[in-house]
Parts: sequence; structure tokens; C-alpha cells
Amino acid sequence: MTHPLVAIRSVSKNFGEFQALKQVSLDVFPGEVLCLIGASGSGKTTLLRCINQLTPVDSGGIWLDGELLGMSERDGRLYRLTARQIARQRLKTGMVFQRFNLFPHKTALENIIEGPVQVHGRSRHDARTEAIDLLRRVGLAAKADAYPAELSGGQQQRVAIARALAMKPMLMLFDEPTSALDPELVGEVLLVMRELAGSGMTMLVVTHELGFAREVADRVVYMDHGAIVESGRAAEVLSAPREARTQAFLSAVI
Amino acid sequence: MRTAETLAEGFPDLSQMMIARQLHWRRWIAAAVILVVLAVIGRAFAGGQIEWSYVGRFLTAQVIVEGVVNTMVMAALAMALGVILGVVVATMRLSPNPVLKSVAAGYTWLFRGTPLILQLLLWFNLALVFPTIGIPGLWSARAVDVMTPFLSALLGLGINQGAYTSEVIRAGMLSVDAGQYEAAQAIGMGRLRALRRIILPQAMRLVIPPLGNEFISLVKATSLASVIQYPELLHNAENIYYANSRVIELLIVAGLWYLLVVSILTPLQMLLERRFARGYLRVAR
Repeated sequence: MTHPLVAIRSVSKNFGEFQALKQVSLDVFPGEVLCLIGASGSGKTTLLRCINQLTPVDSGGIWLDGELLGMSERDGRLYRLTARQIARQRLKTGMVFQRFNLFPHKTALENIIEGPVQVHGRSRHDARTEAIDLLRRVGLAAKADAYPAELSGGQQQRVAIARALAMKPMLMLFDEPTSALDPELVGEVLLVMRELAGSGMTMLVVTHELGFAREVADRVVYMDHGAIVESGRAAEVLSAPREARTQAFLSAVI
Repeated sequence: MRTAETLAEGFPDLSQMMIARQLHWRRWIAAAVILVVLAVIGRAFAGGQIEWSYVGRFLTAQVIVEGVVNTMVMAALAMALGVILGVVVATMRLSPNPVLKSVAAGYTWLFRGTPLILQLLLWFNLALVFPTIGIPGLWSARAVDVMTPFLSALLGLGINQGAYTSEVIRAGMLSVDAGQYEAAQAIGMGRLRALRRIILPQAMRLVIPPLGNEFISLVKATSLASVIQYPELLHNAENIYYANSRVIELLIVAGLWYLLVVSILTPLQMLLERRFARGYLRVAR
């Protein structure tokens, strides 16, 4: 059996009194597309943010590519890593946000080359060449010099995907990438994600797009109240859920 | 669907009628009152004991022009110091380190809480506290020689300005969406790089109008440096009227220059605003 790219073991996270994650364990294998579904407040976004360390876990551990995230173990105790070490670990993951979070003072192209130039120390010329390729890949070669305010929501999100890909991550995290979009713009973003899945990228997608999950996901995980209720092959979980809570959620959504 | 032939009766066609001009008689009265008041004030000054020829003569006197230059140099340098300190202190204020945070808050508290003129006098009289200053073993000098009017004024004005500027910049940084910082982190940026590359440029857009305000205040606040013998505009004007007793005339000269300098700053600020508005200008899709 291959090693998981992401191994999540007994991860808990509280925000004050609220238990966002309760002892969550999960594996994500290389090349796998995994969709996280569930009601808001079920912990799926928190889980994603813990993998990218935008939110530190309270207890438990997450390993990415065999490396423990955010902490190091010495003499039976855990020590939190420095901000610099965490920033380095983060380079292995790319994140796409619900609200795009493009840098509004930079053009589409500048948004994409910011990471490669500033963080990887690449030359502007090389970074530009690759960025233009990425823009072509998301179908926005003509919008290289447009500022985010001049782009539609769907275009902004596609630039955001290109920006994440420019860092050459081994794992892509999507936090409800189509939830902030007008309905007619959802398709173009899902198309890019589908293409990305086809290219063999490992993807973890928090989504309400069950159609996308059914078509593209290898596995679907249903979360509720900070815990994984059910997980399995997309067709099985979505068409024939075993758990009553999953059935209730799916019938409420569809 | 009804057609035009079936429109209801009793509603005449007004489209060809002229609309009469309104008589805003209240506005006319208000304007007249204000004009009369202004005329009275103007007449009083015209007939008052002001030798306008002196105003004209001293407007371009060498000492006055030097004072204007010194005022502008001091304002620009103190503002530069203020902005640098402001950015550093605002960053410290938003740092997770409690010591940095409290030191930054203490700085703002101290320099906003005491009068600027008092701070200028303290810097100028620093020699009373430390007769000699320097780096032990490397360099030392008498404080009276180091603390020239120029350096005292620069430190006094700049450090005081930094306290105000830091709050303006902090407000600007807080107004940038938290998602921007997360996006910067997500592409592997550290805190300081994210601040420098992503947060501050966006904050600057919001911060420039209040900073323009601050700078205009500072141009005029340089006149306080006259009390520590810095040869700025007001100080030089005073020196002239001590000799020739044309007090009002020289104060008017100084006032006109301050007005001119401040008037030039407004279009400069607009240029700067446009520079930082990249990506925000409304453009047709």
C-alpha cells in the first residue's frame, strides 16, 4: 500500500467553547481527489486550514509527505515550529480561498509571480514565462495585465488557482472555491479544477457542489459537528449513504 | 395593450411648457450678509495701520526665502522620519510580541501626551541631562555641540510626528482584509514580507489622505522650532521685526508663504493618491 500524502491523526481544535474538530483522523493518498462535504460549522474548513497551518491544531498531528506539520518531537515532547519553519512547510500546499483573496494592487500576472519571485527567489523573467503558461491553462492568457477589480468572480478564482499552482505545490486545498460565485460562473472554475484533477494533482476540496464531487472526487468525506461521519467512494457516499446523518444532509441539500 | 388613443382624459401635455426659474431669495440674503461682513473686515484691514509696501518688500527678502527653504526642508525630513517611525511602530503594535506591543503603545502615549513645544525644548536642552553623549570608547562629544537647533528640531518634530503617523498607519493596516494576510501566508510569505509586499501597499492607499493632513499640520508646526532658534520662516520673520518693529507686516509675509507652501502640497498629494490607487480605479469591464 502506498504511503498517504496527508495523514491526519486524532486532530482536535477548539475555538473557545466551540469544538471545531474532535479527534479527526484521515488519510489522503497521492493523486487522490477528496471532497469534504457537510453543513457549515461541521469543521471541514477548519480541517483544511489546519493542513495549511493557517489554524494551529490544539492536539493530534498532521503529516504531509511524511513530515509532521507545525511541531517537532524531541524527548517525548512536542515543540511548536517557528513561523519561518511553518512558512517553509506551507510551500508544499497551495490554497484557494472562498473569497479568492487576490492581491488587489497587483495585476493577474503580478499576483501569480509574487510567490515564485519573492519566496522562491526565481527571476522575474522565468516566473513570468511560467505564469503566462498557467494563465493559459486556466483560460485567462488575455487577462494577464488586468487588475482583480477588472475581472469577474470566476476569472478571479481561476487566477487564484494559477497563483497557488505557481508555487508548485504537491497538494492543493480548495476552501469552498465556488461558494462566492454567481451561479453562471461556477462552471468555469469547476472546469479548471476538473482539468487539474485529471493532471494527477492531489486535491482536498471543501465544497457544496455535489455534482462536482460525484464526477471528479475519488472519495467523499461527510463531516458533522467536528467529526467524520462517513467516508468512502464518491458514488457510494452520495448515492447510497450508510449513516442516517449523511442521508439527512444529502436529502436536505439535493 | 392600450394604445395612445386610449390614454385617459384630464392630464394635459406639459412637455412644451417652460419651467420658470426659482427665486432663491433666502440664498440671496445669506450671500449678501456674508459679502457685507467680508467687505467690512476687508475695509478695516485696508484702513488699518498696515504698511502694505513692507509686506511686498519683505515677501522676497533673502532672509525670508531662506526661512521658507528651511521650513520646507525641516517639514520634509521630519515627515520622512515620522513615516519611517510610524511604519515601524505600527508594525510593532500589531506584533504578537507583548514587549514590542507595549513599547510601541508607550511611545505613542508619551509623545502624543506632551506638548510638541515642550518636546522641542527638551531635545534642545538635552545637554543639561547628558553633558556628553557618544558611544563609549568609540566616539563622544559635548551634547551642546551635537544638539544643534537643526537636529533638535528634526528629532523633536519627527519623533512627535511618528507617534501620530503610527496610529494612522496602524488604522490603514487594520483595514486591509484579513484574507489578504492569509493569502500571503498561503504562498509561503513570512509576516514581515507579507506586511511589506501585501498589507502596507494596500494600507497606503487609505493612509495617504490623513497623512497629507498630518504633513500640512507639520509644515505649520515647524514654526514652533523658532523657540529653539532654528532659522525657519517664522523665526526669521520675527528677527526682522525685532529690528524694524513692522510686526504685523512680517507676520503677514510669513502667513502668505505658509499658505503658498500648503497650497502646493494639495496637488502633490493627489498625484501620490493616484499612484497608490493602482487596481482600484474604476475601469469598464
